[in-house]
Amino acid sequence: MDSQITLSVNGTSRSLTVDSRTTLLDALRERLGVTEVKKGCDHGQCGSCTVLLDGRRELACLALAVARDGVEVVTADGLAHDGLHAVQQAFLDHDGYQCGYCTPGQVCSAVGMLEEVKDGHPSHVTTDLEADVELTDDEVRERMSGNLCRCGAYAGILAAVRQAAGA
Amino acid sequence: MRALDYLRPESPAAAVAALVSNPNAKYLGGGTNLVDHLKLGIVSPDELVDISRLPLDDIQEYDDGGGPGLRVGANVRNSDLAAHPVVRSSFPLVARALLSGASGQIRNQATTAGNLLQRTRCVYFQDATTPCNKRVPGSGCSAREGYGRYNAILGASDACVATHPSDLAVALAALDATVVLLGPDGERRLPLAELHRLPGDLPNLDTTLGRSELITGIEIPFSPVAALSTYRKVRDRASYAFALVSVAAAVHLEHGAVRDVRIAWGGVAHKPWRAERAERALVGQQLEPDVIGAAVEEELENAASGDENAYKVTLVRNTTVHTLLQLAEGHR
Amino acid sequence: MTAHRTRPLRVRSVGTALGRVDGTEKVTGRATYAADHADGVPGDVLHLWLVQSTIAKGRVVEVRPEHALSHPGVVDVIDHTSAPRLVDTENGELAILQDAAVGFRGQIIALVLAETAEAAREGAALVEVSYEAAAHEAELREDNATYRPDSVNPDLETDTFQGDVDAALREADVVVEQTYRTAYEHNNPLEPHATIAWWGEVDGRATLSMFDSTQGVHGVVASLVPMLGVEPDQIRVRAPYVGGGFGSKGEPHAHVMAAALAARTTNGRPVRLAVTRQQMFSLTGYRTATISRFRLGARSDGTLTAIAHDVLEQSSVVREFAEQTASPTRMMYAAPNRRTTHRLARLDVAVPSWMRAPGEMPGMFAHEVAMDELAVACGVDPIVLRERNEPDLDPETGKPFNNRRLLDCLHRGAERFGWDARPREARTQTDGDWWVGTGVAAATYPAMKTPGNLARVRSLEGGGYAVAIGCVDIGTGARTVLTQIAADALGVEADAVDLSIADTRLPSASVAGGSSGTSSWGSAIVAAAQLFRDDHGASPDPGVETTASAEDDPAAESHAFHSFGAVFAETRVHRWTGEIRVPRLLGVYSVGRVINPVTARSQFLGGLVMGLSAGLFEESYRDSRFGHVVTQDLASYHVASHADVLDVDAEWLEEADEIFTPMGSRGVGEIGIVGTAAAVANATYHATGIRRRSIPLTPDQFLDDPGT
Repeated sequence: MDSQITLSVNGTSRSLTVDSRTTLLDALRERLGVTEVKKGCDHGQCGSCTVLLDGRRELACLALAVARDGVEVVTADGLAHDGLHAVQQAFLDHDGYQCGYCTPGQVCSAVGMLEEVKDGHPSHVTTDLEADVELTDDEVRERMSGNLCRCGAYAGILAAVRQAAGA
Repeated sequence: MRALDYLRPESPAAAVAALVSNPNAKYLGGGTNLVDHLKLGIVSPDELVDISRLPLDDIQEYDDGGGPGLRVGANVRNSDLAAHPVVRSSFPLVARALLSGASGQIRNQATTAGNLLQRTRCVYFQDATTPCNKRVPGSGCSAREGYGRYNAILGASDACVATHPSDLAVALAALDATVVLLGPDGERRLPLAELHRLPGDLPNLDTTLGRSELITGIEIPFSPVAALSTYRKVRDRASYAFALVSVAAAVHLEHGAVRDVRIAWGGVAHKPWRAERAERALVGQQLEPDVIGAAVEEELENAASGDENAYKVTLVRNTTVHTLLQLAEGHR
Repeated sequence: MTAHRTRPLRVRSVGTALGRVDGTEKVTGRATYAADHADGVPGDVLHLWLVQSTIAKGRVVEVRPEHALSHPGVVDVIDHTSAPRLVDTENGELAILQDAAVGFRGQIIALVLAETAEAAREGAALVEVSYEAAAHEAELREDNATYRPDSVNPDLETDTFQGDVDAALREADVVVEQTYRTAYEHNNPLEPHATIAWWGEVDGRATLSMFDSTQGVHGVVASLVPMLGVEPDQIRVRAPYVGGGFGSKGEPHAHVMAAALAARTTNGRPVRLAVTRQQMFSLTGYRTATISRFRLGARSDGTLTAIAHDVLEQSSVVREFAEQTASPTRMMYAAPNRRTTHRLARLDVAVPSWMRAPGEMPGMFAHEVAMDELAVACGVDPIVLRERNEPDLDPETGKPFNNRRLLDCLHRGAERFGWDARPREARTQTDGDWWVGTGVAAATYPAMKTPGNLARVRSLEGGGYAVAIGCVDIGTGARTVLTQIAADALGVEADAVDLSIADTRLPSASVAGGSSGTSSWGSAIVAAAQLFRDDHGASPDPGVETTASAEDDPAAESHAFHSFGAVFAETRVHRWTGEIRVPRLLGVYSVGRVINPVTARSQFLGGLVMGLSAGLFEESYRDSRFGHVVTQDLASYHVASHADVLDVDAEWLEEADEIFTPMGSRGVGEIGIVGTAAAVANATYHATGIRRRSIPLTPDQFLDDPGT
């Protein structure tokens, strides 16, 4: 079954027809040509397709497009609307990538993660669940663990996120 | 995946009615497990009934006949539940269980009810080209003689050795939480401990739910024991991995002795395993390593394992001892 | 084209931290990987999905496409009865759909073309296949690894013998005799393999165009040309961005042929194949499991008298690949009596291939844990042990090493790591509930250059230079470092260089593999640039060009070229749960001159992380009953996540190897993974007193009575 849906993609409203089976990831990549959202595993196991949906980091591969009718999507390219986002500049400054394939997802994840920290969300490594969150190295690592980087650029990503968090 | 119809009902009752009228329909919540399964050909519904926009996303304290508690809507996202101040202060094991599961992104998508209803990560269940009694009843169990590292050690059957993957369910099992259900005949409440089942001869059934029953929320009773509680998950990776074993534990000490204790295990059985024998053995006791170890070994009396998962017996014992000792020292 | 004897480069940009020239494209996602391409592809693609065998051996009796064809959107089903014929089928991995034979579970047995990816996937599920199954063998055992290959990868001797190992072992004061195992591993670059292919016609000749995720575009052409029966200029392959490869994209695998064959049937309409993560576990190569039987004989002070390394591993009946696991053993340490052998089990399984540091990675795991055991047995510090076994000449060739600085690496690392404070005894340090220990291992990797590289330099209007070579940047930073090399070779600023890569229309380049890329491509660029200056001077007219290859320095013949390193690890093992953490990991390397400290550092760190990952997590579990790997996704095949990677650092010795390349560099891509798992394993022994001889090391292997 096909449905007509509308997505806001990086601030632009896009209407399209999708099969009920179409994931948000495939809708973006195949139907709308938004290829900065990468497919690394298609099963929620790598984080390459991380985008911001209504401001929160989520995985486009596990969302069905028809169920997300009306959502606001922001991709890595969308973050660079006025020059590079601070997180993107920090990735360049600290070589937080090599092949670049996981990078758009890492960038979106970092942006979403820093918002979660601002909102006081605890993490698995937060010692005191009721205290304010202090963004230690271990906190960054844990919170970014949903984004695999096979090139192993984790040290650079950590440094980049720390820089962006301080910015 | 086969072609799908899509329905977005206006109310929980309409959702239930949709499933009643189409035996090949399935509920779609956060989608983090179902979308996976659709792609892999593990399930093949012909209609998705999208419940993700139903107004089941409140977290509210209640105090009715059965005592006070926290009611959590089925659609509350895992990250929001873990971040809720009451959960963090009164149910630390629930927050910790949620935060040890999946990734930040997935916790933003996955719902409370969906977390409980996620299905085993047994590699054969997820590989449609191999026999699996849970996926295709009667086809055989590939895991029993195959990749066994994650297999169950308690309550397994000849037909199935799969483990339940939810961390949240383990924490809730320890707290005597209740699941609120809506079915064709109206609402009912089910103790969470009775939601999941052992595989027996019907491993295709993960739960005791009726086919069209919809989880609308869960209720977690406040209790003194919950305040000093934690969730300890042991896994191969430091993050973003399913449990080898996990321990949800809560303890209420009085003058150094156990007044009330809750222990539930993940990664060891087809359902969250409430270690009631161990709990009973610990009441009135001091939390000393040997005492805890002996109580756990009682619980593990009927543990059965093969070469590849025998380590779980030692691991769940050690982890339980260590976790309770940590709690006794006030670490939660 | 001319072969040019290069002169050492006068470095200016080389050695500096020029930022990646493609960084902005990557952090925004604008970089286009194989499956991303729409521009340059003529028309809407048809989506291709693979149908894979569900038996390990036998034959396909019938492929019934009816249900698939009735699914809306499905356009065609191609099987072995309908696929275009290949003119050469010697490469058994690539010769798909030519007959009914099934050689392994997961083999491509049919192709489905559809208008959407969803329809293609469902169409593949609806294809009905009947088989005649035969008994298969898919398990590597010590008793079935009996086949002696003619050579091991790439073209090394299968066995080597020097002196009398057995006699030396009988006379040795100390003998370490142990068996070490490494697991099946899958490369798992984050970008799954993907190919867009379309056929056209130019001057009456068929042409095939591809965007492919590959480590070498020219290598794809070279593989396909004889099989498709076309000339090299009839195939064009491009790979502007590649999301990692780690060897799995070093040669084209069967899916590339699937795309080429399917596209042959569509009257010019392009076909896109995106391999799924699950499919990568049976179609895109992997590292064989290895069983290394090590026998070390030594005098009581640890001086080696005998080194024997007998390797058992596996290949596929479909196509042979013999990992050179014992090759580093041939040159690593001095000993008069030596023996290395390789034997294979030829199994009915998917085809193994290159994975980062094939040979060195599993071989040095075994060798360096064995050395640690010898150090313990002799009561000698592991670094002192290696000092005592440092060879004067390459034990394998008898040639002098050019700059063997293993000991410098060990000493520098020991200093940074605080090795002197390490207690000699194992199981003596705790921190809370954690056992704490440290370990060291040596690393080595041969310096390699691949022949057949050409580069072109052309002067542009305005003083710039177009530099072209058809190599691929798989994330290593090739685009950036080759720009630096070209700038220095021409004596201009980096921004005066306009570098083109990753297209077979450009001069031929070898694969991005074997840590040979920068050495091979860079030498060609230096040759072309120097010759260009020789021929056209400092102020050439725009539009003049020179194409050249590099000729080796004759002094290279008389030397052995290897890089070296030392890896130090601190591990913590939880005394209740056996969980393992690596709070510190340090590698110190001798690799010749580092062209770009930023990209080289990332290569070292990436290698260390992958070595850590192999040491603790990575294992492809093949269920021999079925014949395929059942841990076939990133949830069940674990690679290191952020949380697993704590303080990881790398540094390198200042040096230049100007006999090997005009840049003075030897290559950096693989050595970081070598020895790393051994260092971690040795540190877990030092922490716990429990010696484990197989990787991955997992919590269940360190569960003992925690005491109280």
